[in-house]
Amino acid sequence: MTDTLKLPELVCPAGSLPALKAAIDHGADTVYLGLRNDTNARNFAGLNFDDKTAREGIRYARSRGRKILLAINTFAQGASTGRWRSALDQAADLGVDAVIVADLGLMEYAARHHPELRLHMSVQGSATNHHAINLARDLFGIRRAVLPRVLTLDQVRAVMDKTDIEIEVFGFGSLCVMVEGRCLLSSYATGESPNTHGACSPARFVRWEQGAGELKARLNGILIDQFVKDEAAGYPTLCKGRFQVGGETYYALEEPTSLNVMSMLPELIDIGVSAIKVEGRQRSPAYVAQVTRALREALDTAGRERHRFSVRPAWQQALNNVSEGRQETLGAYHRPWK
Amino acid sequence: MRIPDFTLPSPVASLVGTLPATPPAWLLVQSLNHLLKKGILPADTGLLDGRCFMVAVKDAGLNLCFCCSNEAFRLAPAGAVPDLTLSANFADFLRMMLREEDPDTLFFNRKLSIEGDTELGLIVKNLLDSVDWSETPLARFMAV
Ligand code: SF4
Repeated sequence: MTDTLKLPELVCPAGSLPALKAAIDHGADTVYLGLRNDTNARNFAGLNFDDKTAREGIRYARSRGRKILLAINTFAQGASTGRWRSALDQAADLGVDAVIVADLGLMEYAARHHPELRLHMSVQGSATNHHAINLARDLFGIRRAVLPRVLTLDQVRAVMDKTDIEIEVFGFGSLCVMVEGRCLLSSYATGESPNTHGACSPARFVRWEQGAGELKARLNGILIDQFVKDEAAGYPTLCKGRFQVGGETYYALEEPTSLNVMSMLPELIDIGVSAIKVEGRQRSPAYVAQVTRALREALDTAGRERHRFSVRPAWQQALNNVSEGRQETLGAYHRPWK
Repeated sequence: MRIPDFTLPSPVASLVGTLPATPPAWLLVQSLNHLLKKGILPADTGLLDGRCFMVAVKDAGLNLCFCCSNEAFRLAPAGAVPDLTLSANFADFLRMMLREEDPDTLFFNRKLSIEGDTELGLIVKNLLDSVDWSETPLARFMAV
């Protein structure tokens, strides 16, 4: 390996203009955003960008040599595909550097009507192998695929060996364990889930009840978890709830943890991933600043030190502090039993 | 500037607790209205209209209650039940306002509690997050 090996792009989230600026000021190469509607998977009240703030954000990024991606990553619903198509028209008009799309019909629309618009295949598209990725390349000209968080490092490497498409992987953030938003657990309790309404456990169904000792999390009336005093809490998603199974109450599906691949950066650089993505468009500018700063330093250091690289306590602490449930995992990247 | 870890000493709470909460709440309401008028708070006040809030500063023993109606903030009428209650210690509210700490982080760490209408809480959080302080005199106090 030579020293000229290119570092992966650091792709950071923004749910507001101040978050976008925080990402850029703290070292993001690229920032991804969503519009203010259900065409993206973080459709929360008051979050995201309208035309004016998007334009201002793009200007801010461009003048500093950085890039902006627009996530249009939910699935167009039968009767109302117009909203998704106009989001693509708007992306082309705004002049974003790429759109992140999951729906095949939308990829086709974009390829036909906006051939100059760069297409990235969203993680929600669930392309887990090179056949799927190469097919999307041949059909719609996608330039990059975001791999689901369910693949191991060896599996990521195997995909990369067989495609010339850029590969983006997740580096840090809350975990969505079930095939990336295709899971319907949220619909089961509320009638709405990420790929149908752009949010898992929509806030209007969530109630936090502070009892004498414990904090109870209810989703549409259903008790999904309770935390004793000072126990770290997480987002009220069903996959991270505690359930009674066989007479025992525990995290039956997934613990509330955050993915953190910092210790694996030299390997990710080696196998040549094009981009490393940070989750969290729903978080505040403070989170974006802290996480971007830590990952920027870690990535640059890993690029310099290669296999002598070790994770510095300060970076680890910065990420621990903002993590959901205060635990971290290498997720599927590292499965010793595989 | 990094806000050090501190809790207001309990005499403060017992002292403040005996004072009427109106002056601090009044100040808060005035500041919010000022930001609204200057267009700094990019508020779609329609989302907040008719809703009442309580900000409980635990270590100061202060409960600040206010409502939003007709595109302005006002002191909550006596006996109003808040739709949303946010409670934390003074230092953590400060960290949140100055963008040193993300509210979700404080919530996960059990330093901030949110009760009542969670969606309203999200609206308020996203509203505060979207304020661009860079053009205001407060910019130099902000962490990001
Ligand atoms: S319930 Fe969990 S796995 Fe399912 S969509 Fe929500 S976060 Fe993802």
